[in-house]
Amino acid sequence: MRGNVPDCTVKVPGSLAEALETLAQEPGRWRPLAGGTDLMVPFAAGRLADTHFLSLQRLDALRAIEPDDEGITFGALVTYTDLRRHPYVQRHLPNLVQSAKVTGAVAIQNRGTLGGNLVNGSPAADTPPSLLAYGAQVELTGSGGARWVPYEAFHTGYKQTVLAPEELLTRIRVAQPAAGFHFFRKVGTRAAQAVSKVCLALYARIEDGVVRECRVGLGSVAPVPLRARSVEAAILGRPLDALPLAEARAALMADISPIDDIRSTARYRRIVAGNVLVQALNELATSLNGCS
Amino acid sequence: MNGDRMRLDVTVNGQARSVQVLPMARLLDVLREELELPGTKEGCGEGECGACSVIMDGKLVNSCLVPAVQAQGAELLTIEGLARDGELSGLQRAFVACNGAQCGFCTPGMVLASVDLLRRCAHPTEAEIREGLAGNICRCTGYVKIVDAVQAAAAGRERP
Repeated sequence: MRGNVPDCTVKVPGSLAEALETLAQEPGRWRPLAGGTDLMVPFAAGRLADTHFLSLQRLDALRAIEPDDEGITFGALVTYTDLRRHPYVQRHLPNLVQSAKVTGAVAIQNRGTLGGNLVNGSPAADTPPSLLAYGAQVELTGSGGARWVPYEAFHTGYKQTVLAPEELLTRIRVAQPAAGFHFFRKVGTRAAQAVSKVCLALYARIEDGVVRECRVGLGSVAPVPLRARSVEAAILGRPLDALPLAEARAALMADISPIDDIRSTARYRRIVAGNVLVQALNELATSLNGCS
Repeated sequence: MNGDRMRLDVTVNGQARSVQVLPMARLLDVLREELELPGTKEGCGEGECGACSVIMDGKLVNSCLVPAVQAQGAELLTIEGLARDGELSGLQRAFVACNGAQCGFCTPGMVLASVDLLRRCAHPTEAEIREGLAGNICRCTGYVKIVDAVQAAAAGRERP
């Protein structure tokens, strides 16, 4: 047994209203706990300062996956396994299936949640690049009501978000992308378990051989999951048979700000992020009418 | 639950059990220390190695990452629950027959991950086996004999 369990207090609210009330009464005191796959690691090692936990395990309403005519809404407690297996996600959001598939392995995917992956705020998480590429929105709920925020505005700095202490991230919404090109690639030490060195997701919609819509999301190359706006600008409006590869790669270098850390170096990440982008654009260029 | 113990009710290997535990105690420690089932091993304690894998409510989990409070009411299957009347399960016999264990430390987790895989997919391909066991690390062998064992069990070559 690893040391002693730190002295702490746990509440298990039976409803969202009860959870929000607890947060509102003592803002910042209660740390929400979803699947535990991130929090339990520093907690058990005695490296977590929190002593009050709000276990969300009974909030079954947040486990729903609700597709409709215009898109799909995920409850924050949807797991990676749920994402991988859902027919709508498999059909319309293949990048998100890939994200879920390369996060940990089976046991982590059964417990880890989409909402937890976002709130944990790691720039190396693997669902954020896909959510950025699909232009997702997140719902932040406090006792006074809910607000929707574009996911790309959610992270404000390393492990910092716009989530207020009295709010929970409750739902994630993705509008159904038009038929188009989807690309996802994670570069890690091995296929399973490893945390990403570089992760890139791209979605593009093509009309008459020209890129009409394009979003690129990256992980592990900046303090936050990053949308590569300059890359998108370099590609938008360009015909598939003349995509500006060098220009896009240069734009990416301006968008990202990778660092040296235990998993990789800034130099490696710059080179590999550029290579993965060029691979994505080459596959886009040779895709049939921009569909894959 | 103010730093106090809670009563945890679980069904472990078919048996109803109640223990007093701290709500944030790891399920791994509850199994080993309170329920006296030391077959589940601690490797990394960080959800990386799979040695502590058990099946909770039909799903494979890393017991080192499950706080006791989230196991309330759960049905648990550990390595101790596989043999019947002292007789190893077909999958366990396949691990023995194929030399799928060396030092044996990863074996309980490997076996539980294999049980989970074979429940979801009765006849997995080699790629499916490797993905199903990707969260379980063995530091002695290669993985070849472990994959052989799962294939043998799936093919019924080690039927009870």
